[in-house]
Amino acid sequence: MTDKPRLTALRLHKALYPIWRNDPGWKGVLTTVNNNTIGTMFILGAAGMFLAGGILAMLIRAQLASPRSAFMGPEVYNQIFTMHGTIMMFLFAIPFFEALTVFLLPAMLGTRDLAFPRLGAYGFWCYMIGATIMIVALLAGVAPDGGWFMYPPLSSSAHSPGINTDIWLLGISFIEISAIGAAVEVVVTVLRYRAVGMTLDRLPIFAWYMLVVAVMILTAFPPMILGSLILELERAFDMPFFQAEHGGDSLLWQHLFWLFGHPEVYIIFLPAAGVISAILPVMARTTLLGYGWVVAAAISLAVLSFGLWVHHMFTTGIPHMGLAFFSAVSTLVAVPTGVQIFAWIGTLWKGRPRMHLPMLWIMGFFVTFVMGGLTGVMVAMVPFDWQAHDTYFVVAHLHYVLIGGYVFPMIAGIYYWLPVLTGRKRFFRMGEVAFWLVMAGFHGTFLLLHWAGLLGMRRRVDSIEAGSGWEGINLLASVSGFVLAIGFGLVVLDVAANALVAVRGRRNPWNAGTLEWATPIPSPAYNVASIPVVDSRYPLHDNPGLPVQIARGEGFLGHPTRNRRETLAVSVSGARPDFIAVMPRNSIVPFAMAVVTSVMFMAPVWKGWWLMFASAGGVAMLAMVWAWAGGSRHDEGLLDAGRGVTLPPHTEISHPPGWWGSLFLLLADAVLFGSLLFGYAFLWTVAPNWPPPAILEPGTGGPALAAGGAVLACGGIRGADQAIRRGRAPWPGLVASLAGLAALGGAAWTVFGGTTHDAHAYDATLWVIAGYAVFHAGVAGLMALFLMARIRAGFISARRCGDARVVRLWIDYAALTAALGLGAAWLPGWLA
Amino acid sequence: MVIGGTTPPMLAGCENRLSAVQPAGPAADIIATLWWVMLGGAAAILLLVLVLLALAFRRGGGPSDAAADSRGEAVWIKGLGLGFTMAVLAALSAWGLWIGERLLPRPGPGVVAVEAQGRQWAWRFSYPDAPGRVTEGALHIPAGRPVDVRITSADVIHSFWVPRLAGKLDAIPGHVNTLRIEAWRPGEYAGVSAEFSGPGYRRHHFTVVAHDAAAWNAFLAGGTP
Repeated sequence: MTDKPRLTALRLHKALYPIWRNDPGWKGVLTTVNNNTIGTMFILGAAGMFLAGGILAMLIRAQLASPRSAFMGPEVYNQIFTMHGTIMMFLFAIPFFEALTVFLLPAMLGTRDLAFPRLGAYGFWCYMIGATIMIVALLAGVAPDGGWFMYPPLSSSAHSPGINTDIWLLGISFIEISAIGAAVEVVVTVLRYRAVGMTLDRLPIFAWYMLVVAVMILTAFPPMILGSLILELERAFDMPFFQAEHGGDSLLWQHLFWLFGHPEVYIIFLPAAGVISAILPVMARTTLLGYGWVVAAAISLAVLSFGLWVHHMFTTGIPHMGLAFFSAVSTLVAVPTGVQIFAWIGTLWKGRPRMHLPMLWIMGFFVTFVMGGLTGVMVAMVPFDWQAHDTYFVVAHLHYVLIGGYVFPMIAGIYYWLPVLTGRKRFFRMGEVAFWLVMAGFHGTFLLLHWAGLLGMRRRVDSIEAGSGWEGINLLASVSGFVLAIGFGLVVLDVAANALVAVRGRRNPWNAGTLEWATPIPSPAYNVASIPVVDSRYPLHDNPGLPVQIARGEGFLGHPTRNRRETLAVSVSGARPDFIAVMPRNSIVPFAMAVVTSVMFMAPVWKGWWLMFASAGGVAMLAMVWAWAGGSRHDEGLLDAGRGVTLPPHTEISHPPGWWGSLFLLLADAVLFGSLLFGYAFLWTVAPNWPPPAILEPGTGGPALAAGGAVLACGGIRGADQAIRRGRAPWPGLVASLAGLAALGGAAWTVFGGTTHDAHAYDATLWVIAGYAVFHAGVAGLMALFLMARIRAGFISARRCGDARVVRLWIDYAALTAALGLGAAWLPGWLA
Repeated sequence: MVIGGTTPPMLAGCENRLSAVQPAGPAADIIATLWWVMLGGAAAILLLVLVLLALAFRRGGGPSDAAADSRGEAVWIKGLGLGFTMAVLAALSAWGLWIGERLLPRPGPGVVAVEAQGRQWAWRFSYPDAPGRVTEGALHIPAGRPVDVRITSADVIHSFWVPRLAGKLDAIPGHVNTLRIEAWRPGEYAGVSAEFSGPGYRRHHFTVVAHDAAAWNAFLAGGTP
């Protein structure tokens, strides 16, 4: 009888595989939307960037090995160190954990794919194209050279006239699309796409961490995207946001950059902490001590990390009480870090730890990261930071934190999840040798560089001087740096060898308790043959038969009769079955849209404004093709979801996945808008040469148009929404809403008429606020037109009304931000 | 009047002339003390963590029922994670704040004001006590008296840093930042810009010349320093 379940499982696999598989051959690479394929390509791409950044690091160490090195001149060296930082932060660190998450999350949550598979593909291609552009720029000798935080006025057109800076600003903004896209996907997936019964307090700890990180990405990246946008506007159109003589302030950039830049450090650290919290208990053959405490620590780290960006600006002349506040928050952030460290050590004490290779890397993490954390507390002390800031002390500190706190845990994670990724168990044993080479090389490189910093070695100097007292330290650092590089090279070789040619392994070799180990290895395209029901945090420990039950289709959706990609969505907290999500098939649209988007972002580098607008139109067209592909022209009613439960498809619920995705995308958008208003207030209160010579006269026409437009837009779409639900004609409401949006756009246009964009930072800021309103009114208007076309084509009915809710959300947002933004723009005129 | 050619020769071969841990004035001194104490504390905490880690491997695993878990949480998370961490950080923060207060440029008797303007890649200094007096590359101050350096920039962001006297403060276009420095004894102290500013960044340095009272008066009176 033992063959019976296997046969059923095989039959189910044969039914699911044709539905979920990629297109054959190379076409499959371009059209895939599957999380396993995209995750693998993403991991390879990010690992490639790690090697590229590592090569640059070796060039840096070669230059600094001996005094007065003639290896590179400052022009080349400045590009090398700028690109080293840029690649490691933006092209390696963030994409790598996103890649791992894209791969692991669905299986871990017991679902079949991420919430928005095409968004995942689009983000991945944006990343690959953007990374390629950056590397080509480096090879062509036009790479950015102002340091990876690009402070103006050094990065302004007066002091950096070439295209180098434009490539950084536009290229990095383009690549951030993939981060924002992945964050939206992760949030919606963790909240809605899980195994039944996986309530929030049973969520795998890694998923908790990634939920926190994804929300952080949505709230931290927008300030920098805004900063890049307005710096590019200054460079292209002379809008003086950062020019003190015209009411701008270079400190505005620093605020916007570090509002992103500090949370960024925790955005990088928390996924690593998530990996440790997932692996360490398994290695210690026990469960995580203080699950609730660890979740609380992760959340409080996320919140606190937004309150300490100023600690990168302690030397900019911030008033002393401000410094005291930010110094206190900077030390406070060490408390949740300490809670996690001690929770992990307590977990080791509770269990019986085994020193497998992943555990060895975690031990490397402990030693290195604790040292980096302690020096971090030191630089949080304002007086000490005044000495250490911008020296090699900080360089050493950040490498301890980023390599010790991020790279080591990620390597542990790769070795730990290698069976899921490749289906093979480790056979070659280079990993241990590589580990010791890395540890010796790392500390040899960076430990004494702290001291060089205290002896006055500034970061970013293009060579060291004889007689400075740092020559010995730097020679040791360079030699050790090459040992470190050899160690990392061996890690890559070892992983590659084990991934390609090692023996097939068995399922769940570590005896872990979470669901990613319940699938066959490597995990199949559909991840889970049926959606499991779980009732604890470690379902595989409590029910060792679960993998067989899943494979035999005993969970939900175990009978794929409708020949389409379906997975289950659950309620947010209770994890009860809610609806059946129909996932998109393979599609070339994400790839095509990424290509056109790249043209839209890169055209301004060469002032190709028409090309930019043409490709923006192309992006809008492709977005509509994208959105058109989903949905249904007839009501399906309740469908059989298995286990005696019937559920509606996602097209027939009031808040479809697209609504959830829009909600979190608009969260990021709202943070960008908030940053814009912050910049406006900051310039008004702090920047020199304010108030501006001329203030915009609000008049009566603009405000009346704005107020009427906002009411009409919101009221109209509400009327249309209600009409659709009741089966009546939605046209009057939609037309009213469109007219309202047009009025809002017109109201914003009056601001352009009343100001001169390059006269003063005030005028420039008002142009961006008005431009923001016009842009969002335009996007919402396009969506309303799209909705009209969908209604005409028969995709909308009283049951299939979710699309209208999505459009309503966007129109409400456009109206609200236009009213707020224009109100802020007119306020000084009203008060005057 | 620009005094050219008076920049003292770079003190090549003189090791540690940029060393923040060999203080020559009160601000650098108190920060160096802070550093040594923090280094000692950090080493002790690192040792504690490593010992706790090592012991975890020597033990045979504890009980893992719910009662043991809540005991473990009390010891590891509430005790060490919250209690220990907060106590150490609170003490350190209080001390850091107190030191920060002492470094502030408060008005007082005998405070001298000077002005420093950074640009790519030079420093120009002027002296309100001797109107019209301008020096390039060398800042003259009296030894043993607190000096407030009013720092600004003519182009991009720079940073004024004399490691043996005090911490650094940025020179930002459109802003004036005031840094309090003081040299215990007459002598020459190396200074550098500590904010990346493009291709000439490495060579963007200057010297602080501290005079005794007589030489300072002579300098203000227009004598060759």
